[in-house]
Amino acid sequence: MKTYYNPDDLKKFSKIGEFQKPLADKFFSYYGDVFKEGALTEREKSLIALAVSHAVQCPYCIDAYTVDSLEKGCDEEEMMEAVHVAAAIRGGATLVHGVQMMNKTKEVSM
Amino acid sequence: MKSLLKQKNKFSDISYQLEVLKEGVTSQGLPHFSSKLVESDLFPLQPTGLDVFQINMGKMCNQVCAHCHVDAGPDRKEIMTKETLEQCLVAIRNSSIKTVDLTGGAPEMNPHFRWFVEQVYKLGCKVMVRCNLTIIVANKKYYDLPEFYKNNEVEIVSSLPHYSSKKTDSQRGDGVFDKSVKALKMLNDVGYGIADSGLVLNLVYNPSGAFLPPSQEGLEKQFKRKLKKDFDIEFNSLFAITNIPISRYLEYLVASENYMGYMEKLVNSYNPSAAKGVMCRNTISVGWDGFLYDCDFNQMLEMKVSVSKKQQHVSEFELDSLVNRSILVNEHCFGCTAGAGSSCGGEIA
Repeated sequence: MKTYYNPDDLKKFSKIGEFQKPLADKFFSYYGDVFKEGALTEREKSLIALAVSHAVQCPYCIDAYTVDSLEKGCDEEEMMEAVHVAAAIRGGATLVHGVQMMNKTKEVSM
Repeated sequence: MKSLLKQKNKFSDISYQLEVLKEGVTSQGLPHFSSKLVESDLFPLQPTGLDVFQINMGKMCNQVCAHCHVDAGPDRKEIMTKETLEQCLVAIRNSSIKTVDLTGGAPEMNPHFRWFVEQVYKLGCKVMVRCNLTIIVANKKYYDLPEFYKNNEVEIVSSLPHYSSKKTDSQRGDGVFDKSVKALKMLNDVGYGIADSGLVLNLVYNPSGAFLPPSQEGLEKQFKRKLKKDFDIEFNSLFAITNIPISRYLEYLVASENYMGYMEKLVNSYNPSAAKGVMCRNTISVGWDGFLYDCDFNQMLEMKVSVSKKQQHVSEFELDSLVNRSILVNEHCFGCTAGAGSSCGGEIA
């Protein structure tokens, strides 16, 4: 069955260079550097990536950073808390626009 | 839970395991382990010496862990005899072996265990015991094990896959975590794991699933912080070990449809530095029946050391031929060379 998302496509990610190599090389080099231990640990970065994966709803990223978080020693509770952080920000981002709606309502109402 | 052997599960058949291992690489177009060694200029793999004499004292165990590469459990009756243990003592005495590493099953369930530890200690070797912790609290006759270990300066290496009961119990059985905590406290009480006591207590982490272990250093800090805070437990070092795809763990991988992905990950994570330092290069593993192997995993796959048939048994232990042998490899060896590498002492590279 054909689907838009195929788990095997994740393995082909590095092949995006086939169509445009210089930009792909720059991206993967940058990507590698971003996830190296720095002011934040690799473990912390993995949890951030897991949360962002959910926020951007990327199934490839969710698969990849679920396993990566486990391989960085995170447990299920920590991982779910990270997802809740993403959910809270997404929910909050929706709700905070309610202020705009209120402003507009007040602007156009008697 | 019964062992695979008792269940008559097809994964208790060595030839079936070897077939599955082969399929894991060939069907995915992945390279064989031997060809990776050729690339790293390490083929045939040869010993660098012989420092560690690892003895599997028997397959009997009070636990039935989901990932056990020995397929150990209460229903396994294979136990090393006193005669074989005496032959081991002769081999140790006639060689330059510095460390004797006792494993099982639960080695403490061998009726000659204490006698043997005392004999090895008298020879001046360091004795390591791979203690599953719960054996200490399994029966009154084992309650004094911490004191016995202390008297013989035994180094303890114990599996504790996680500092949470949920993850530990999912791998090692219901209630194992609480019993392990109790046993760790008993070990701490006699000085094990306490700074400057000279009594070494190391813990072993292995992943509770189809993924690789985290970096040992970071995980050790995490374990130390959690175990101290939650249970006031101390230990020396944490060894992060990769699960090797054989026996029960292989069966789990196949049943959960994680096998192909796991093999691909192991192969793609091959690290030549880890390959250079694999433990089989300075270790000999003795099976419960006295036969010799390159490591505990080769032992479970019944791949005896590549020397003359007569010298494959500890009764005919011949140091020169053993240090000049070629080590037998197969696709499961990718487990020891993935990422930071894996050995009974944790990371390699």
